[in-house]
Amino acid sequence: MSEASETSVRAEVRAWLEANWDPDLGLVAWRNRLIDSGWGVPSWPKAWFGRELPMALEMAVEEEMQRVGAVGVAKTGIRRLAAATLLVHGSDAQKERFLRRSLTGEDTWCQLFSEPGSGSDLAGAMTRAEFKGNRWVINGQKVWTTSAHHADWGLLLARTDWDKPKHQGLSYFVLDIHQPGVTVQPLRQMNGHASFNQVFFTDAEVPPENLVGEVGRGWAVATTTLMHERRGADGISRWGRASDGKGRVYDEERAETATVMEPYKWYPQRAGRVDLVVQRARETGRFEDPVVRQEIAKLLCLSKSAEWTARRARAAQMQGRPQGPEGSLGKLISSHVARAAARVHTLISGADAMLSGADGAMGGVIAEIFVSVPAGSIAGGTDEIQRNIISERVLGMPKEPRTDNDRPFRDVPKNLVV
Amino acid sequence: MQFSFTAEQEEFRSVLRRFLEEKSPPSVVRRMMETEGGWDRGVWRGLNETLGLSAVHIPEAYGGQGFGPVELGIVLEEMGRALLCAPYFASTVLAATAIMNGATEAQKRDLLPDIASGETVATLACTEPNGRWDAAGVGMTATPVGSGFRLDGVKSFVLDGHTADLIVVLARRPGSAGLEGLSLFTVPGDASGLTRRALTVLDPTRKLARLEFGGVAATLLGEEGAAAGPFARTMVLAAIGLANEMVGGADKLRQSALDYANLRVQFGRAIASFQSMKHKQADMLVDVELAKSAAYAAASAAADGDAEVAALASLAKAAASEAYLQTAIHTIQIHGGIGFTWDNDTHLWFKRAKSSEVFLGDAAYHREQMMRAWNE
Repeated sequence: MSEASETSVRAEVRAWLEANWDPDLGLVAWRNRLIDSGWGVPSWPKAWFGRELPMALEMAVEEEMQRVGAVGVAKTGIRRLAAATLLVHGSDAQKERFLRRSLTGEDTWCQLFSEPGSGSDLAGAMTRAEFKGNRWVINGQKVWTTSAHHADWGLLLARTDWDKPKHQGLSYFVLDIHQPGVTVQPLRQMNGHASFNQVFFTDAEVPPENLVGEVGRGWAVATTTLMHERRGADGISRWGRASDGKGRVYDEERAETATVMEPYKWYPQRAGRVDLVVQRARETGRFEDPVVRQEIAKLLCLSKSAEWTARRARAAQMQGRPQGPEGSLGKLISSHVARAAARVHTLISGADAMLSGADGAMGGVIAEIFVSVPAGSIAGGTDEIQRNIISERVLGMPKEPRTDNDRPFRDVPKNLVV
Repeated sequence: MQFSFTAEQEEFRSVLRRFLEEKSPPSVVRRMMETEGGWDRGVWRGLNETLGLSAVHIPEAYGGQGFGPVELGIVLEEMGRALLCAPYFASTVLAATAIMNGATEAQKRDLLPDIASGETVATLACTEPNGRWDAAGVGMTATPVGSGFRLDGVKSFVLDGHTADLIVVLARRPGSAGLEGLSLFTVPGDASGLTRRALTVLDPTRKLARLEFGGVAATLLGEEGAAAGPFARTMVLAAIGLANEMVGGADKLRQSALDYANLRVQFGRAIASFQSMKHKQADMLVDVELAKSAAYAAASAAADGDAEVAALASLAKAAASEAYLQTAIHTIQIHGGIGFTWDNDTHLWFKRAKSSEVFLGDAAYHREQMMRAWNE
């Protein structure tokens, strides 16, 4: 087959949309139609709802869909990570069962990786999975689980072997959240929101067919999930936003987005709200202050350079070239931007920075920046872990000597207090 | 805006890198920097005969290669990496650009081909002892005399001003102020009434001179009283060029620090295996890549004729000023004691980072320029 050109792909999508796009369909019915056509996830394999198009052409397909306002497959939240992980590591039966329903949005997901005793060191997970009778039985606790309170399924990393070194004793499961052995409790954060949950397992059960990959190979599967999570943190991926179009499909998409995005509503503040800085400086009369101007300029320098660095990485990716170092820096850079933005907002706000809620600047939005920014440099891999990754994988520097990899996990020192 | 280089541009870069590694190793840099002139005409000729570098962004109609700001940026990044000692920035970046922006068609045809070939080494004299980089800071007067002009005053911080064959001078009509009454002139380097003195510089790889004009006969370049615009555009491209040169030097330093950390053993292991070193190196990579992104974006904006180019040029220069010096500071620190010695090459780039930090305006100046360009 000759290579698909951008022009021919665009023409093909356009023709298909002309014949098939119908805003009066139900959301699931429309997405099923889109999935069957291969235009929903065009970079995926042909055997699994895709067309095996390169990433660059996937962007072209998305643009064509946006032109007519066509709704895409469900991409927001953890389901994006679930689908990407199962596509690589899942059995055919798992792909059959979960991929389509994740793309239609019928199934929602959460990620059960972090534990009170293992944050950066995820491979130190102590949640226990034991095979008893014909079932895996799960006991333990997970934390920082976004959306667990309205998820159907969990991506679970659990320990199946305590006598192997830590990375080799882990397995990866798909766990049904709706069962008596699973308790979900909201976790209140320092900014007052409760976007995350603690999830407790007491003899929760997983059928053997929901093991993803092999027993003891769960770390490799989890790495795929994490890679996709970090890819979403480069600052240019769009937040889930529903169109304001008219028609049943739009109404249903808006309802879905409102539910899925609810836990993320403070995330713009977490990123520092660089977009508000100039406006705030003008409104407060601080814009002519040379010190304030210098600090704003430093922030704009940083945030524009960050955006261009992400674009360089994406340009390399679209050309199918190996990414340069710029591809691994996004997460760390976005922490710098957020902290710098919080500093500038403080400078602009002055005494008002002591107030929040209705008394605070912009009805509390500015205060929410101050108490949300600390999350950015922790969630999804701390700045320190990002620096380790950059120095080891990009710069090729040696790993620090470690003492936890060459002995049975049960002999590795663990947290006494969590 | 272009966020990646084309295959041809990448190829051009790698040819250039190999060429400059051979022509400008630290031993040659050290030899050149000890001379008063700072560069060698034979080496300069070789550079231009082989790769036509001094012609890169000059239009073909004037004997140039007709490339744009992106290719000029590539040349400068590689020159910055190699710390090349040559009058390139003075002649091609400053003087040729000023002539391209400000001269009449006949003057361009007359002056540019010799600059493009490297036969004439030119420079731009704009800054005065007050150290201001904007046209409003110019005090030198140009008094009409017969069909020509007479220049009186002092220029300082003039790049390669004591060795240039041709000097493009920014001066003003007597009694004018601000951006009014400004004109560009040309003066031969050996003009009568011109006293040139090499300044003692912190960065010996970049020579600066003080030029005293005592009634020097000068030829008007372009239109009388209309130089503010052409000069501002020249400084925008120069800031972009310098930012690209600086990120080349910063990247070179970063790599040298990494190489050293991998070699140096303390406490029984390579210091590169200590997390404190790894995190510093990761931060250095972030600093340099951010500054590169800004420098590349600004060059691309200049190539596109983007309306925001002045703001982006200042952004890139401000970013490069901080990133280059910070990288130089980290590089010395990672080298430890050896990094503070004359024999170690780090100080050559450190000094270039320091002079480049303020040359054409420091970070604070450019941040303010950026804010004005964007918000007023």
